Amino acid sequence: MIPENLKYTEDHEWVRIEGLKATVGITHHAQDQLGDIVFVEVPDVGAELEKGDTFGVVESVKTVSDLYAPISGKVVAHNEKLVESSDSFEPEIVNSSPYEDGWMIVIEVADESALEGLLDHNAYQALVDSGS
Amino acid sequence: MTTELLTPLSHIHEQAGARMVDFAGWKMPIQYTGVREEHEACRTHAGLFDLSHMAEIVVTGSQREEFVQKMVTNDLSKLAFGGAMYSCLCNNEGRIIDDLLAYRFETEIWIVANAGNRAAVWAWLTEHAKDFEVQLDDRTEAITLIAIQGPEAEPILQKLTSETLSNLDFYTARRGEVLGHDMLISRTGYTGEDGFELYLDNEHAEAVWNGLMKADDKLVPVGLAARDTLRLESGFALYGNELSMERSPYDVSLAWVTKLAKEPAPLVAEALEKAKEVATTCLVGLSMEGRNVPRAGYEVHQDGAKVGEVTSGTFSPTLKKGVALAIVERSVRAEGTELEIIVRGKPQTATVTKLPFVRGSVKRHS
Repeated sequence: MIPENLKYTEDHEWVRIEGLKATVGITHHAQDQLGDIVFVEVPDVGAELEKGDTFGVVESVKTVSDLYAPISGKVVAHNEKLVESSDSFEPEIVNSSPYEDGWMIVIEVADESALEGLLDHNAYQALVDSGS
Repeated sequence: MTTELLTPLSHIHEQAGARMVDFAGWKMPIQYTGVREEHEACRTHAGLFDLSHMAEIVVTGSQREEFVQKMVTNDLSKLAFGGAMYSCLCNNEGRIIDDLLAYRFETEIWIVANAGNRAAVWAWLTEHAKDFEVQLDDRTEAITLIAIQGPEAEPILQKLTSETLSNLDFYTARRGEVLGHDMLISRTGYTGEDGFELYLDNEHAEAVWNGLMKADDKLVPVGLAARDTLRLESGFALYGNELSMERSPYDVSLAWVTKLAKEPAPLVAEALEKAKEVATTCLVGLSMEGRNVPRAGYEVHQDGAKVGEVTSGTFSPTLKKGVALAIVERSVRAEGTELEIIVRGKPQTATVTKLPFVRGSVKRHS
């Protein structure tokens, strides 16, 4: 259930690292806990994020949850499907495909050291199993 | 926390894959397949709810009518046998201990209270029962409460009962059989849809739940999360959100269930009179545009000044927009008034909207 090729955070986000670019989304567990997602606020392309910053929010029917930058860097892309004004607006994609089509942003880092400190899939599995 | 209470249907919910949570000391299903799906099923067809956590207190004795009339705020004398009424129970300061349903029968009165206020209601009633010839019996843990709600609730339930449901009016109840089991069949609910609440002995819970599920292949079980979005769209107050021990009925637009002139008057009539004089707020519905979702605790402003607070908010599955119940100053209550709700630090437009937000299939007999 938890992809082995991704990194994770304690805030139930995943990070796919390709060179100096990191794609960020929320995990299956996170979307399952939130329930039906109706809106995701993502930052504009060009925004500079500091690790730990709030970079957006996820609104579901039930609740609202902040998104935290898993790493520091510059936003170089966001998922158009999550932008309300876009023709392809489809926030429920985060429920149906959290690790693929429901990605949120791509962050470009200055150097590889910025990618350190994330959890591997085993550590994240343990986190989910512990119920936190 | 003491041991969690289980309803006789807990294992059925778990088998069905429901997510179970602690709710007022009970292990209850919060969601089965998803809030939106369950909500829509209830609005368009029918949903089945396990509400066995609700508290049932039965009042008997020769002074039961006078006793209940003095305890609750609404007027029991207006109620025919078999009738139900919505009411508040208020303390010595005129503040709300709980909101409840009272059913008047020939030989007893039933009080149905919120699970979270069961102890407080029991304490208040028993304290005052000493002065009357009445007996109180808390039957909560012996009674299963199953609700079937939705536009198709009547035809589905009708398949399983010899009672003629079409002549059971809204807010009335009578004893009858469903699947051969005697129970109280009440045409009430908390969803805005037509429907029934069935009060039965625990031993028949499983047979009745499974029988209903089998009677219609589109009937879906509904958890407490969708129950909340359904009641919010219907504009119904929830204790702990709109109603609390800090507020009187007059602070939250419940004057319509607060009858100070009734006979005998409420025990706390004087406190209620004072609460009425000092009340400056009311309960309103607010609608938002776009994907802004109001949440409990968000501030409500007008021209930059705080005029109230959101008490419940969600993204309405039916209207596909943010809706809220809010307690605001009465000066801003007029329908169509544009206010702002502060969403994550930013003021967003919210318009005062007539309740209910969504008019369901409920059959009101005037």
